[in-house]
Amino acid sequence: MSETAAASAEMHHTSTGLPNRKLLMWAFIGSECMLFGSLIITYLVYRGRSIVGPYPEELLNIPFITVTTFVLLMSSLTMVLALAAVQRNDMRQGKLWLLMTALLGLVFLSGQVYEFSHFVHEGLGLTTNLFGASFFLLTGTHGAHVLVGVIWLLSLFVLAVGGRLTSANAETVEITGLYWHFVDVVWIVLFTIIYLLV
Amino acid sequence: MFGALFLNSSFLFGGGPDAGWFGYANLTSTQYSPGMRIDFWVLGLQILGVSSIAAALNFIVTIINLRAPGMSLMRMPLFTWMTFVTSFLLILAFPAITVGLVLLLFDRTFGTSFFNPAAGGDVLLWQHLFWIFGHPEVYILLLPGLGVISEVIPTFSRKPLFGYPFVVYSGILIAFLGFGVWAHHMFAVGLGPIGNTVFSATTMLIAIPTGVKIFNWIATMWGGSLRFKTPLYFAVGFIAMFIIGGLSGVMHSSAAADLQQTDSYFVVAHIHYVLFGGVIFALFSGIYYWFPKITGKMLSEGIGKAHFWLMLIAFNLTFFPQHYLGMHGMPRRTFTYQEGLGFEAMNLMSTIGSLVLGFSILIFLWNVFHSLRKGESAGPDPWGGATLEWAIDSPPPHYNFRVEPVVHSRDPLWVEGGLDVDVNDPTAPEPHMPSPSLWPCILAFGLLVVAIGAVSKTLPVVLAGAGVVVVAIYGWAFQPLER
Repeated sequence: MSETAAASAEMHHTSTGLPNRKLLMWAFIGSECMLFGSLIITYLVYRGRSIVGPYPEELLNIPFITVTTFVLLMSSLTMVLALAAVQRNDMRQGKLWLLMTALLGLVFLSGQVYEFSHFVHEGLGLTTNLFGASFFLLTGTHGAHVLVGVIWLLSLFVLAVGGRLTSANAETVEITGLYWHFVDVVWIVLFTIIYLLV
Repeated sequence: MFGALFLNSSFLFGGGPDAGWFGYANLTSTQYSPGMRIDFWVLGLQILGVSSIAAALNFIVTIINLRAPGMSLMRMPLFTWMTFVTSFLLILAFPAITVGLVLLLFDRTFGTSFFNPAAGGDVLLWQHLFWIFGHPEVYILLLPGLGVISEVIPTFSRKPLFGYPFVVYSGILIAFLGFGVWAHHMFAVGLGPIGNTVFSATTMLIAIPTGVKIFNWIATMWGGSLRFKTPLYFAVGFIAMFIIGGLSGVMHSSAAADLQQTDSYFVVAHIHYVLFGGVIFALFSGIYYWFPKITGKMLSEGIGKAHFWLMLIAFNLTFFPQHYLGMHGMPRRTFTYQEGLGFEAMNLMSTIGSLVLGFSILIFLWNVFHSLRKGESAGPDPWGGATLEWAIDSPPPHYNFRVEPVVHSRDPLWVEGGLDVDVNDPTAPEPHMPSPSLWPCILAFGLLVVAIGAVSKTLPVVLAGAGVVVVAIYGWAFQPLER
């Protein structure tokens, strides 16, 4: 987001006093809740209804996913630190935490790639049974959201390195953070219903 | 627009979708519907879903955040209110169909078994996902129409809307309850007595806020100085036809009665009384009402009234007999019916009615064509309306209001001192407009390319389309907001 855009966004008076783009992100998150809700329902409806293996209890590696879950949750902490740094215009720290958040997201994604390829190796493909189809669709949709978040964070990082991201753009970082935290919260739900309820 | 083009282009390439508007699984499986018909339907609907959600997010933020000074929520025109409510329905209902369509897409493209009973899949899941979207969608169509009627009736009665807060809250309540009634489309699939009872009860509840609105409109007209112009003709026609559709709706809200009516022509009659008698009449009411504002020309009253009467009579001729046909057992979704069951005369009435109905639309198109060339000039306020749009020129300048009005009342143009600035003041500086951007169009075009690639199952085209989308997002995000 360029300087003029951010400046004009600040100048515009709004009826509620909330910035337009933040409101947009909240409404979008509302819509996303229904998207993930529908996917979660699909997964739950098909839980235990696969008629051929491999079954979830044979494959799911809870300790491993617990570690990547921890990594993803820590990325929410670094996101908060990044926003705080940008808000006080400490761009050295801001850059560091933005990059850390993106890297933690990437670690989580690598874990997911490893998990997926392990499952395929063990004989669970997308079309093997209902567990495969609903599992890959649900976690894959979440992974795609994480990937979008990582690209978004890296874009901000590149802007910051080029000196084009300052405390004047704190709102942009805050909105990125809203999205990022939402994606994390969704994972907490997925972790519970896929892995803990197995 | 790209979505609609894509969906309709399927008629050119291998035929339109052929599994009914709710596309029940497993009629849509590759086994029962080979070819590309359903793929066009799935991908066209996905594009429309994305665009609808984007537009709805835009409306929500604009209505919450960018109101004129003094325009509190409870001073907003009803049409704006209902658009606002509809936008929430859109962003919350569309994701369910998105997921349903993704499951179907995976089944058809990658060979998963979400809707394949042989592999444990559940065809009812499609029905649930579809109707969780599908019933709110009914109100997505209807609520803006209710908003139009709530604008037209006060204007032509020269009276403020009776019970404004009740009309607003009823609209919100309809939307809210609309999420809790989806299974009334599924009474016949055997959800069990508890499920059917709950959904019967919630469905009957919806009749209450709808009835409240109807009484409010009638009370607005009561004792008003009515001017019977074409928009009011259509609004009154709407009320009458919508009551008939509403009554048959209450009839099949009862699960026991619905079992007799489901999949018969009775349901076809019901949906047309609410969708055509309701939404389309409201739509025409709105077109006759705002056409002068949008184009600066009046539509001809004479042709307009001819259009109304012909449409009203032909509409009833087409759809009223279908109540009886359904009650006598004529099933829907069949292109013909058995001879000798006494269905012939009423079906002939329907056929004649539908031809006349089509002709009445031609009359409307002639009215538009004729009025654009030779119509009277409308001036800023041909109807003596109460709301702010009638204070500016017709057609409106691209910035709408040259000076931002300060709102003190619900009917600013009817109240003394309701509008204390000259909103058209030519000496005021021209307002700044956001710079026009081509990137959203390029983004939409990228989505179209993705869909074309997906339907023809060519990965490079999908990737090229995705590339266009990414470039467009970055181009858009980095474009300065103002000139």
